[in-house]
Amino acid sequence: MTDISMTSAQSQSQTGKIVLRWLLYIALGLFALFYLMPLFVMITTSLKSLDEIRTGDLIALPREVTFDAWRTAWSGACTGIQCEGVRPYFWNSILIAIPAVAISTLLGAMNGYVVAQWRFRGANIIFSLMLFGCFIPFQVVLLPMARTLGIMGIAGTIPGLIFVHVIYGLGFTTLFFRNYYVTIPAELTKAAKVDGAGFFRIFWSIFLPLSLPIIVVTVIWQFTQIWNDFLFGVSFSQAGTQPVTVALNNIVNSTTGVKEYNVDMAAAIIAALPTLFVYVVAGKYFIRGLTAGSVKG
Amino acid sequence: MTKWLEENTPKLVLAPSFIAVLIFVYGFIAWTAWVSFTRSRLLPRYDIEGLIQYERLFASPRWDTALNNLFVFGILFILIAMVLGLILAILLDQNIRTEGAIRTIYLYPMALSMIVTGTAWKWILNPGLGVEAMVRGWGFESFTFDWLVNPDMAIYTVVIAAIWQSSGFVMALFLAGLRSVDGEIIKAAQVDGIPTWRIYTAIIIPSMAPIFLSAFIVLSHLAIKSFDLVIALTGGGPGYATDLPATYMYAMAFSRGDIGQAASSAMIMMMVVFAIVVPYLYSELRSKDD
Repeated sequence: MTDISMTSAQSQSQTGKIVLRWLLYIALGLFALFYLMPLFVMITTSLKSLDEIRTGDLIALPREVTFDAWRTAWSGACTGIQCEGVRPYFWNSILIAIPAVAISTLLGAMNGYVVAQWRFRGANIIFSLMLFGCFIPFQVVLLPMARTLGIMGIAGTIPGLIFVHVIYGLGFTTLFFRNYYVTIPAELTKAAKVDGAGFFRIFWSIFLPLSLPIIVVTVIWQFTQIWNDFLFGVSFSQAGTQPVTVALNNIVNSTTGVKEYNVDMAAAIIAALPTLFVYVVAGKYFIRGLTAGSVKG
Repeated sequence: MTKWLEENTPKLVLAPSFIAVLIFVYGFIAWTAWVSFTRSRLLPRYDIEGLIQYERLFASPRWDTALNNLFVFGILFILIAMVLGLILAILLDQNIRTEGAIRTIYLYPMALSMIVTGTAWKWILNPGLGVEAMVRGWGFESFTFDWLVNPDMAIYTVVIAAIWQSSGFVMALFLAGLRSVDGEIIKAAQVDGIPTWRIYTAIIIPSMAPIFLSAFIVLSHLAIKSFDLVIALTGGGPGYATDLPATYMYAMAFSRGDIGQAASSAMIMMMVVFAIVVPYLYSELRSKDD
């Protein structure tokens, strides 16, 4: 045992190690402060009155906690001419996100199942072409999409935004399921086929029950993407159908009246709450989606 | 008939998605490319006129600013986020007892919308009541930190906010990479008495080359597509000092009514993305077929 024969040199290096360890924890703590600071400032600012914001310190705790800003942000703040807060837009985001996530996940599961387990000639090329769609800058489709939505009669509507999110989410959802299903041995499908099970039967009774983890990853990924989307929301919505990110930006940049920083911060937190909540309860899956989305395969 | 149906079910299931992608990705790119060669203004026109839109684009000082900003922002953002991410990953890789909690803290900004991030930093960095006012309140009366409203410095506030948002994600990538390095080699090196920093610089980091590449691809992709953050943080201002290609394109398409410029700037953005992503995807897909 080294403990018994510890020389003074060793004990010195031991204290060195402890000092190093302390420095390590201090460094980690400082970085943690850097990441937490904006959230802290947002929360405290949202709980202060405007007077206190003007006279006080950015990082000071509120002297008097008031929820007025939250009330205004939720149901009274102005996004341009309307003053209904973020509530209707929060609701829009939900109406957009839920169907778009459900449809794109279901289609992705079916596509991934075909590409991974029912390979036919050209399947790989099709998959590559779909995958490629994940990487285009969406600016390149904005103009024709605006016209197409107009022709389809769903410009500026919530179904229009759902449609856009489904289309441009397909590449990623297909990728997620494909990468998950290729790890399932092809013999399983073959054996089921021998037993007389068809395409859909095998999907329903063999693949879908195995898919819970990847469904969670895909749903979280899609939900975060769609909830946080701004580009499609601002391009393809009109007054009344805007998602919450667009409403938040309008509140913050609305030039009428006094600048209410506390209301801005409360509105920002409200807009962030759903994805933050998902991250806190299912962080593991969130990270898996992030890394799967970037380091494919 | 049923036999045919049975044999072709997989193709039929894949077909709608594939057709959708063909139309809404490739067809739309073709449309934008076509229009970028026309004289389209408020309404699209379809007679090819050559490169006039691209000539206008590169003659425009605003586009020049946007490209310069992309360059400055892209390089700083990618470089700092990678270095910071690597440092955080290495620090966290030292058997930290509270690793899970710390990781959660470093990574949560990634769950936020860029609009939320922009709103928060806009408040923190505003000179009147934010950091500048706070430090002045502590007695440093001449302290100035007005980057947000200073045309020469505003682009750096975008860099700060973008790094805050994305560096935790780079950390997660690198941490996964550090953990996947063969433990036997590290143990052998430790037995040989090689100091820890040497183990990192000579063994672990070189073996993570593919992760550096992925991080680079993801970050450059994020940089080129950056739109929301600029809109929320600076609105492209002061003036158009923080315009990026994405905000330029949007302004041309939806507020200036200049479809030709919008299309040509979008095409340039796509070419930049392709120049980075295509070689990467190609090598990835090839290595998978082998």
